[in-house]
Amino acid sequence: MATSTTTVPSAGPSAGSRSFLSRLRNGDEIARIVTFLFAASVVLITVLLVLQLWHDSSLARHKFGLQFFIKTIWDPINEDFGALPFIYGTLVTASVALLIAVPLGLGAAIFLAELAPQKISDTLQFFIDLLAAVPSVIYGLLGIFIVVPLMRVYVQPALKHSLGFLPLFQGPAYGVGFLTAGIVLAIMVIPYIISVSREVLLSVPRDQREAALALGSTRWESTWKVVVPFARSGIMGSIFLALARALGETMAVTMVIGNTAKLSASLFSPGYSIAAVIANELPEASGVSLEALIELGLVLFLFTFILNGLARLLLVLTTQKGSGMGHV
Amino acid sequence: MTARLRWRKFVSGFMLTLTGVCATVAVSALFFILGYLVYHGGTSVNWNFFTKLPAPVGEIGGGMANAIVGSAKLLLLASLFGVPIGFFGGIYMAEFSNSSIAFVVRFAADLLNGVPSIVIGIFAYTLAVLPFKHFSTWAGAFALGIMMIPITLRSTEEFLHGVPRALREASMALGASKWKTITAVVVPAAYRGIMTAILLALARVAGETAPLLFTALGNRFWSPGWNQPTASLPAMIYYYALSPYEDWHRQAWAAGLVLLALILIVNILSRVILSRGSAVPRS
Amino acid sequence: MKRLAGLLLVVLALGGIALAQNALLINGAGATFPNPIYSKWFDDYHKANGNIQINYQSVGSGAGIKQATDGTVDFGASDGPMSDEQLKAYSDKHGSALLHFPTVLGAVVPTYNITGVNASLNFTPEALAGIFLGRITKWNDPAIAGPNKGVNLPAEDIVVVHRSDGSGTTYVFTDYLSKVSEDWKNKVGKGTSVNWPVGLGGKGNEGVTGLIKQTPSSIGYVELIYAAKNNVAYGAVKNADGVFLKADLTGVSEAAAGAAKNMPDDFRVSITNAPGKKAYPISSFTWLLIPAKFSDAAKRDAMKGFLKWALTDGQKGVEDLSYAKLPKEVVAKELKAINSIQ
Repeated sequence: MATSTTTVPSAGPSAGSRSFLSRLRNGDEIARIVTFLFAASVVLITVLLVLQLWHDSSLARHKFGLQFFIKTIWDPINEDFGALPFIYGTLVTASVALLIAVPLGLGAAIFLAELAPQKISDTLQFFIDLLAAVPSVIYGLLGIFIVVPLMRVYVQPALKHSLGFLPLFQGPAYGVGFLTAGIVLAIMVIPYIISVSREVLLSVPRDQREAALALGSTRWESTWKVVVPFARSGIMGSIFLALARALGETMAVTMVIGNTAKLSASLFSPGYSIAAVIANELPEASGVSLEALIELGLVLFLFTFILNGLARLLLVLTTQKGSGMGHV
Repeated sequence: MTARLRWRKFVSGFMLTLTGVCATVAVSALFFILGYLVYHGGTSVNWNFFTKLPAPVGEIGGGMANAIVGSAKLLLLASLFGVPIGFFGGIYMAEFSNSSIAFVVRFAADLLNGVPSIVIGIFAYTLAVLPFKHFSTWAGAFALGIMMIPITLRSTEEFLHGVPRALREASMALGASKWKTITAVVVPAAYRGIMTAILLALARVAGETAPLLFTALGNRFWSPGWNQPTASLPAMIYYYALSPYEDWHRQAWAAGLVLLALILIVNILSRVILSRGSAVPRS
Repeated sequence: MKRLAGLLLVVLALGGIALAQNALLINGAGATFPNPIYSKWFDDYHKANGNIQINYQSVGSGAGIKQATDGTVDFGASDGPMSDEQLKAYSDKHGSALLHFPTVLGAVVPTYNITGVNASLNFTPEALAGIFLGRITKWNDPAIAGPNKGVNLPAEDIVVVHRSDGSGTTYVFTDYLSKVSEDWKNKVGKGTSVNWPVGLGGKGNEGVTGLIKQTPSSIGYVELIYAAKNNVAYGAVKNADGVFLKADLTGVSEAAAGAAKNMPDDFRVSITNAPGKKAYPISSFTWLLIPAKFSDAAKRDAMKGFLKWALTDGQKGVEDLSYAKLPKEVVAKELKAINSIQ
């Protein structure tokens, strides 16, 4: 498999014939070691985090075992906990968020990178970056004051009226619920998709576009069939960023999701997510309750692990040999 | 012009217009939020806001001076911690490492990115608060810095990869060592994208509340040095917004506005100060 | 680049300079309910004693207890009394006790939003328990309609709203429900976080108020001050003596007066469903949690001074912020207890 990392040996006699010390005097070796240490520290931090989560949830893990994944009860008084409603809520809200944010974000990124004149593109990008800086608390408040009433009074009844035969859009419309949380999350993660995708699209070499146009493709075709695939791994990277944000968001979600631990096929139903319940109960919890919440954190980790792995697998399977971006 | 060509041209025009619509939707979301903040909090953004300490309920004239300074300190320290790790780690992955190490580091960074901010807060609490028996600014910066690492790392690697091989080879052919090539040729070429990512990471942690509640706690007074609890804009927004007082609500919106303005200024300043133009012309 | 590095170093150094060196900073964390009065008290005390800064953050009762036990703050605050296990955890860790000092009194009220109903509703304990247990599902149920003759209650489904985050308010409300309903006690119990049989969760008193204001046919429970400040309707509750009382400061003080006579030495007492014709049934003390032993003499003296002030001069301003004053007997007992702080 072609790698895109250029490993050019340092100038001078071949590396093997020089002693370690003389290689050390060469700036490149120091650079390699130092930057390696920085990269390794990232892994170290992650491993430490997992270890701490593992350690702090040991009681709960022994008490509930694998049942934790399928139980639906969450009772701090009787100390009986199950993760299923939270796993469900996390997956549903993240899916809704991505389903909305990815097409919108990618579309906006394409517009900004390909169509808009540079000054307009840069200015708009400034503003979109600001969306990422809005505190999650404010997203939550805006969710309560604006999105929830909108949903309850206009959007949910309209959806029920037109698509109510689907179990997705049935049930009473409270305003809060999975759909609302997904929409708020979508707004929160869109800047990541737009910002990173736009930069990646901008960095695609001009000759790729020109070659496509020279062969007679329309503007859209050259963009969609040549430029975007070239930038695909960067775009996927931005979607990873967005997904991670959506899975881990606490404040905004807890204000609009209804905070009810239940499973429901309907998007109108109030629900709960792992990050939201941790945000709500962790500061006050102790003993088994605390350990159960930490175990939930571990579950989220596991799901992030699986989702990331699946997405990377997808990327590997669909990457053609010899294309510019072959790394996973 | 054949029918097929007409169709393709139509599709092209339609889809490109659609992308314009997407961009409009995204940008209008921001303007809407900004407008809301200005409408509800604009009146509270006055001289008092920037110079006075928080006042108790019922007293007018309070401000968030300590929170503004606190947020600035937290973000500065967090960047000093998180950006180098992400940046140099990204350089390692793009320039030096083999694909399996890079895979592991990338995966770890993605996992770290998905951790709820409150769990990072607990992690930082156990490492940086509990052993020292007090909350502090640097503990808060530690938590925020961790959150900056994944975006910085992944994006640095991504944009360094995007620099054409030809540039590297040309530099080597001229006799430059690997490190010289990286610093003088590759990084400047990828500079735009990396800068964007760092600013994005900064924007994200600027608005985080949960990790700070467990590390920097909050402070009604000034927080001298780095070793004491400190107020911060997101934490103040959190406390004030969830209170029953209309005056505090307005101040919370004002704080949101000021936070956004802070990020905007940092964005503009960093692009201006550190701008060297890109080595690769924009296509 | 070098210039930038130099600039950064200067800024770092400046940030590290400790200003106002003489100030003594004392950190506390805990309950959100008394935050308004505490912020006023600490501010007033700082104005009177310029070199003492008491920094209180309302992170929640449970968090306050945890931080005090961990030793990361100098004192805590809680809306619900600590349990024996929690007290033991503290004394095991520190070798001395954590003392409770009641500071003010407050009330929890049932708030609701029913289209077309502007009157103040009367709620019996059975009605409240039934609604929150999910057994009573419609507003025109006889249990609710009975004590509200003359009010036109619709046949709408009740939307229950409760707290999603752990909270002292929940503790007080569930403590009350556990006392008045055997069913509630067995099925749900009391605590800062419980397994609610039905309902939506709102974050913070503000979140619950927000949800109720927006959701027709809803009912929830919040601190009195939130209901008053946000113009949401709240109802009267039938007390242990059979009188329907709407929450106000007198009703709360009356509830405390009974407890004052039999106040335990450690001040941990529940005054929900207190006897007395004028007693409001969902009332509660809120406590400051002060270590019995301070390692820092300056902090100890500052806290003792503050406590004396709060229990005497401080009590003068509490009613303006919708809190009830402590009964005189309780204050006297507390002033004596302050002396035991070392």
